[in-house]
Order: sequence, then C-alpha cells, then structure tokens
Amino acid sequence: MSTLRQYELIYIVSPSATDETVAELHAQVEAIVGKFDGRIEKTENWGRRRLAYEVNHCKEGTYVLEILAGSGEMVTELERRLGVADDVLRYLVVRVDKELHVAERAATRRAGTRKRRRAARGLPPEPPAPRAPIEAAADVKDG
Amino acid sequence: MFGKRGAKGKRKDSKKDDRGGRKSGLFRRKKVCRFCVEKIDYIDYKDARMLMPFIPERGKIQPRRLSGTCATHQRKLQTAIKRARQLALVPYVTD
Repeated sequence: MSTLRQYELIYIVSPSATDETVAELHAQVEAIVGKFDGRIEKTENWGRRRLAYEVNHCKEGTYVLEILAGSGEMVTELERRLGVADDVLRYLVVRVDKELHVAERAATRRAGTRKRRRAARGLPPEPPAPRAPIEAAADVKDG
Repeated sequence: MFGKRGAKGKRKDSKKDDRGGRKSGLFRRKKVCRFCVEKIDYIDYKDARMLMPFIPERGKIQPRRLSGTCATHQRKLQTAIKRARQLALVPYVTD
C-alpha cells in the first residue's frame, strides 16, 4: 500500500482545445493524484506536434508528459478519467521504475568494471579527458 | 589433396563464418549493436529521433539481421517502438 511506483503518463490533447482546456486537464490529473496520495514529480508540455498518423481526424496534437509516483489504483482512476475526456486523443501510462532501476544497475556495474580493470592496468580509476591520451602519446614520440 | 584442403579449412570456415571476411565473394563488415557501442542502457520510447533509424520507410521494425542490434537491445527497442506507435510519435505503417 505504501509502495509508491513511478509512472510516466503522456496524453495527447486535441488541437481544437484551448490552452485553458490543457490547464484544466492538468488540474484534473493533479486532483486525482492528490486523492490517491501520489505526487507529480515533473510536468512537461511538449507543445503542438505533428502526429505520425491521423487520430480522430486530427493531424496534430498537444503532448503533455507527467511523471508520477503513486499506486496502481491511482492509475486505474487516471485511465478511466482520461478515457472519458473528450479532448484527449490518446493517453499512455507506463510503469518505469523497474526499467530505470535495471538501467541504473547496468551503468553502475559498468563503472565498477571499468574502475577495476583500470586499476589492474595501473591507471587512475577514471579515464582522463579524451584528448589527454593522444597528447601523452605525442610526447613519448617526441622524446 | 584432401589433407591440404582440410588443413586450410576453407570449406568449413565459409560455412561457419557469417560475420564477413569471407574468402570468396563479398566482403562484409561485422555489424555491431549501436546501443552497446554508445552504452545506452535505457531506450526511451519518448525519443522518436533515436528510434527513427530502426524504422525503415515502410514503418516496420528493422530486423536484427539488418541493423546488427544485439538481442537484449532489440527486445528493448521493440517495446520502445511499440509504445511510441501508440502515442503517434512513430507510424504503424506508411505507404
């Protein structure tokens, strides 16, 4: 119950909708998230973009991305409300915490391996700036 | 005669070797996974520009055999493209 999961919510608002409608939808999302004790971590408005294909006879749409933390029930409610909203062409909720965690672990593992290997070769743990090795090689040649 | 051929292993190699450097015919460079080379751990479905090189004209997902992507990353790429399609960031089909 207390576990907060991280989700990414993207919805596409119809091009005929005004800025106020977009703001109103955001307020609705905020209200639902608040009701289920979640929180909005980030909101991004991508503005009006061309759609790759027509959706409900629209060729453009306003994309809004919200990064949320909350429970599964919150997502169910969000999906229900967005499905009912007339101005929303599409929406997608993706749970990202697991994938991001895996990616982070891969990155740390790689950093660890690099450090170990560099240590084994008697080098400082972090590689210098990309230019440095070339200059060093040039110095050796001159000497 | 037979011994000579066996020692060189020409026939065996050409059968086994599918990553280029064939003795006869075309020379092909070995393909490498772009995501492994660039050390990308998370393939973001929101980034349509990153997905575009893997979506040829028709709109299909490019197979591994053509793009050279490794199995792990192809799987991740696949989900990313499918998500992007739902959001109309990337086409399902184009004709």
